[in-house]
Amino acid sequence: MEKKTLVIGVIGADVHAVGNQILYHAFSDAGFNVVNLGVMVSQEEFINAAIETNADAIIVSSLYGQGELDCRGLREKCDEAGLEGILLYVGGNIVIGKQPFDEVEKRFKAMGFDRSFPPGTAPEVDIAALKEDLHIED
Amino acid sequence: MKPVLLIDFGSTYTKVTAVDVDAPRLLGTANSYTTVQTDINDGLADALDKLEQTTGRLVFCEKYAASSAAGGLRMLASGLVPELTAEAAKTASLGAGAKVLKTYAFKLTEDDADEIKRLNPDIFLLVGGTDGGNTDCITHNARVLAEIGGSYPVILAGNRNAARECERILEGREVHITENVMPKFGTLNIEPTQKEIREVFLNRIVQAKGMTKASELISGIMMPTPSAVMAAMKLLAEGTKRQNGIGDLVAVDVGGATTDIYSVAEGLPDDPRTSLKGLPEPYIKRTVEGDIGMRYSIHGIVDAAGIEKIAEIAGLPEERTSEIIEMFAANTDMLPNDDETQRVDEALASMAVRTAVTRHAGRLEEVFGIGGLKLVQTGKNLLNVDKFIVTGGSLIHTEHTGRIASYGFYDEEDETSLKPKHAEVLVDRKYIIAAMGLLSEHYPDAALTIMKEELVKDGTCSK
Ligand code: B12
Repeated sequence: MEKKTLVIGVIGADVHAVGNQILYHAFSDAGFNVVNLGVMVSQEEFINAAIETNADAIIVSSLYGQGELDCRGLREKCDEAGLEGILLYVGGNIVIGKQPFDEVEKRFKAMGFDRSFPPGTAPEVDIAALKEDLHIED
Repeated sequence: MKPVLLIDFGSTYTKVTAVDVDAPRLLGTANSYTTVQTDINDGLADALDKLEQTTGRLVFCEKYAASSAAGGLRMLASGLVPELTAEAAKTASLGAGAKVLKTYAFKLTEDDADEIKRLNPDIFLLVGGTDGGNTDCITHNARVLAEIGGSYPVILAGNRNAARECERILEGREVHITENVMPKFGTLNIEPTQKEIREVFLNRIVQAKGMTKASELISGIMMPTPSAVMAAMKLLAEGTKRQNGIGDLVAVDVGGATTDIYSVAEGLPDDPRTSLKGLPEPYIKRTVEGDIGMRYSIHGIVDAAGIEKIAEIAGLPEERTSEIIEMFAANTDMLPNDDETQRVDEALASMAVRTAVTRHAGRLEEVFGIGGLKLVQTGKNLLNVDKFIVTGGSLIHTEHTGRIASYGFYDEEDETSLKPKHAEVLVDRKYIIAAMGLLSEHYPDAALTIMKEELVKDGTCSK
């Protein structure tokens, strides 16, 4: 089967680079074609990369607490750019401090994210979700 | 003595340069006015007559030519995302010496189709999608090109997974398939496309533009004039096995209709902690500002710099400055003929240089985020480039070349722009750079020696 393409990166002015590298290797090892945009990635860069590479999903990381602000409008911009229905995930430390995660999840769902993950989620959880959503069989 | 002749067929002038490659030196230069109507061989004969009046009779062992006649190598390009494959297509074409009439992004529209038909380019460069990436756009665009027809060749340098399908869609057309300009996301792979453009130029365009007759007289290398300039600048910067080059450089060529900027430098950040954004930059880069030129595009300079600034540099009232600008615009052959017109011409040249070098150079911006300042560079860092080459009519015929050139330097009022901080200005007074690029193909050492001799210093400047 053809490899599915993921665009990954750390959104906004966020420079936390370590988790991004770990995700890059974990996704590549799991058989995905990974386009890694690194840190400090704007919404436009995620979208442009997804268009050129015909990506199946955009995986956004946010570690520094500004995730909610940085992610706002991403889904609408994807629609605008012809990426209707592209899978959108977000994870890391997406909000400040400790907030009940089901609340957070609801808010990100409303913003158009298909899935959001609480702090400390292991890459395996993410990979399992991707396989389910992209209908990949082992 | 071993005389070699270098010819540049331009759109208004045929220019000849004679050199001795045995004891490398310039023997002489001459040019003759040519028009679309005149046979280019008449222009050549006329220029040679003039040349021999100064050098005496010469028997040339070899003759090489470059051409920008008949509008140069006119190209159109289309890609997918403006900042990505469309930009890569433009960069590739400019670097191959083409005149890029327009670059399209995303799917071509009906209006685009009409425009392409009207512009009828020499070559169409069709790209889009990384390998394995998007195929919709490039196949759609191939269909549009197939529908409008035309006899120009199409170079396909997009997503390899769509190449054969595009070729089928364009059946009956001359199609050249080459490697993707962006095989992987964020990488730039423009050399294969440039090689293809050069071959198409040689095999087709030279003939189509009525240069076959001339080419019989010539030993070889017909290339677009800007390619010859690039070859010369690369040689001058890098040197040969036997001779050192002068190192990284920026070159400006301010023309009547456009302003070309060349840089030979890696252009990486000074501080390794700086993050790089945008497409990787080619080591040898050419940009062309179609709205910045001393006559046909004079209003573009005014739009970019403002009439106040031009008047201030000229030291004349705004009204008088405007009057003179309108005079230049209406009489595109007009040369400065008194103090006032000279001042305005130089002020315009200064602003042409500033605008075009600023657009060519990268930027270093500070991003304020939580946790402090982050530096982000886009484009090339030319701060440390210390050679600044100047060519083009309006800059080589004035005594104030150094002063005009300094407007292309780092400017505290625009501190994020990564233009050279301190550079030595070298002026191509005899207008030989393109000729030396041609010569460099077979006689690089001679070409380098002559350039080092003939490019004259006009002070070291910094702003
Ligand atoms: C190292 C570090 C830094 C370094 C980063 C160096 C670098 N270039 O990488 C520096 C010193 C620069 C830094 C700066 C800041 N930091 Co800091 N930093 C850390 C620290 C200690 C470790 C981060 C790390 O590398 N972790 C290891 C990796 C492997 O884990 P990870 O990044 O979390 O990534 C994993 C998961 O999150 C997950 N994941 C990530 N993305 C996604 C996406 C999806 C979809 C899924 C499913 C999973 C997933 O998978 C990854 C791999 O396992 C953390 C605390 C901590 N222990 O996590 C704070 C922390 C992230 N930083 C924090 C803060 C506040 C800051 C600053 C704002 C501090 C300040 N005021 O100056 C700045 C912000 C700078 C900026 N503009 O980004 C806070 C964030 C708080 C929040 N979100 O509520 C943290 C949590 C510390 C804390 N407890 O307060 N930091």
